Amino acid sequence: MTDFDLVWKNLFRRPLRTGLLIVSIFIAFLIFGLLVSVNVALERSSNSGTASNRLVVANKINFTQPMPIAYVNQVATIKGVTAVTHFSWFGAYYQDQTKSRFVGFAVDPATYTAIYSDQIKLGPGQREAFIKTRDGVIVGKALAEKYGWRLGQVIPISSNIYIKPDGGRALDMRVVGIFSGAKPDDPTTALYFNYEYLNESRTFGRDQIGTIGVVTASPDLNDAVAKAIDARFANSPYETATVDEKTFQRAFLKQAGDLNFIITMVVAAAFAAILMIVGTTLVSAVRERTKEIGVMKTLGFPGPRVLRMVLGESILLSGLGGGLGLGVAALMLKGLSKSAMGASFGDLSMDLSVALVGIVLALLLGLVTGLIPALSALRMNIIDALGRR
Amino acid sequence: MSDFIKLTNVTKTYTRGKESISIFDKLTLSIPKGDFVAIMGPSGSGKTTLLNLLGGTDRCDSGEIVFDGEHIEGYSEGQLAAWRARNVGFIFQFYNLMPVLTAAQNVELPLMLTSLTSLPSQKRKDNVATALKIVDLSDRAGHKPKELSGGQQQRVAIARAIVSDPKFLLCDEPTGDLDRATANDILKTLQQLNRELGKTIIMVTHDPEAARFATRTLHLDKGQFVEVTS
Repeated sequence: MTDFDLVWKNLFRRPLRTGLLIVSIFIAFLIFGLLVSVNVALERSSNSGTASNRLVVANKINFTQPMPIAYVNQVATIKGVTAVTHFSWFGAYYQDQTKSRFVGFAVDPATYTAIYSDQIKLGPGQREAFIKTRDGVIVGKALAEKYGWRLGQVIPISSNIYIKPDGGRALDMRVVGIFSGAKPDDPTTALYFNYEYLNESRTFGRDQIGTIGVVTASPDLNDAVAKAIDARFANSPYETATVDEKTFQRAFLKQAGDLNFIITMVVAAAFAAILMIVGTTLVSAVRERTKEIGVMKTLGFPGPRVLRMVLGESILLSGLGGGLGLGVAALMLKGLSKSAMGASFGDLSMDLSVALVGIVLALLLGLVTGLIPALSALRMNIIDALGRR
Repeated sequence: MSDFIKLTNVTKTYTRGKESISIFDKLTLSIPKGDFVAIMGPSGSGKTTLLNLLGGTDRCDSGEIVFDGEHIEGYSEGQLAAWRARNVGFIFQFYNLMPVLTAAQNVELPLMLTSLTSLPSQKRKDNVATALKIVDLSDRAGHKPKELSGGQQQRVAIARAIVSDPKFLLCDEPTGDLDRATANDILKTLQQLNRELGKTIIMVTHDPEAARFATRTLHLDKGQFVEVTS
């Protein structure tokens, strides 16, 4: 028998209590693993595929509000702007709106694929085909693989925003290109199709666009160009807000609000609750073992060794709960990556840094919750513990 | 016979609030090696405190406590813990076994201490088996305390006390929670350990029947020995 055997047996002397504690720690670490990983994915996603000399122009009210397409040409004339394109959120889904949503934009094929050529890697001739084909669509490699789409295939892509004059929501699109990202792990779960095709078939919002992509001559000109664009449209019915690409992507992905703050608060609340629950339970668990600890000390177990054993129990407890929570969170994230929601975030898998922080937190939780009972076991007087006075 | 245990002018006082209660005032005691001593006396006479001092679980205010030539009165907590693990086997009235451990694992506990920790696993198992055999409980090695009777639990406690081959055994009312027949069995086992293995045994008891199993009885009253019977 070793000290670990003793720690293990003491921890599971009341399996139901220990089980419930493990479940509560598990839930806290599951929340931590999921939320922090989503936040990291957001960060990663907003950092990927951005260029320092690219700006995004959106409606000042909110990027979901439209702007006239005429703005594109006006922006192109502003000093410091070298290229302009536009893209509009389509609210795309395939067959089932709840299960198969993904990122879809209506774009100007020529300018969009030119400006974002670093993110959209097409095969030979596919860009030209996209420019020429009115109902053409280019789809990300991961998306094409998911639904088994092939080049030349006509696929019905529906919108949860736009309705056609016949009341239908689906536009038949011909797959003319399948693109990959700049890096193998870049998300390729989006599709892009011709804006003109959307514009002629929709019942509202004609000649309006969602956002304008701008390339400046140099990153040093970004601020000046952004100010000039917003000044150009100031006091118009469609005022604009121009930001760099990274800021825009982060804002786009954080539509739910200040996720950092929300995540920090939720995780902190979960850990505070666990700290209280586990801490008080361990204190009472050690108190009910007062006599046994007195016996161990009588037999010759030194105080520091008893302290280590009690701390070992609390660390083992939080390690089990934390490990399970992080493990299940990693599995769920893997599953979520393949879901419709995951498509918006790209790679959702748990980052190694999140796992490491989780493990350190589990150790800290074990240390903090075990400290009071461990110190009380260390200081426990044999005579008082055994009632031998 | 030379003194194996020697207490000289031992003073012990407890403080409760503002009140000081003197338990022993210059108590002196000698116990030779291989003795089986019963200590009797009314409640509050100092029996338990004497056992605490002899077992190194409490410290005297002044005086000397010497075991086999080793002075323990100045030892620190850590030194006393190591000394207890090496030299003393404890048997309590209410057995005080670990409920989560089997009989064999309870007996093995003292082997997790001192130099015995370096014993090979098989040797430890052999020592545990031997201790359980001595108390005639080999067939109950895998049972937890709640699956054993009171007498069996006390035998497991005896096996735990002797497994590390300590120099002496301290028994605090070892039969106080048992019926007469079971108590006699336990006392016979203690007598056997004293006679056949030469263990020095000090037993605190209220029970004159139990004291008869000892080689001599010391009567304690108000912190002093008032009578010795053999």
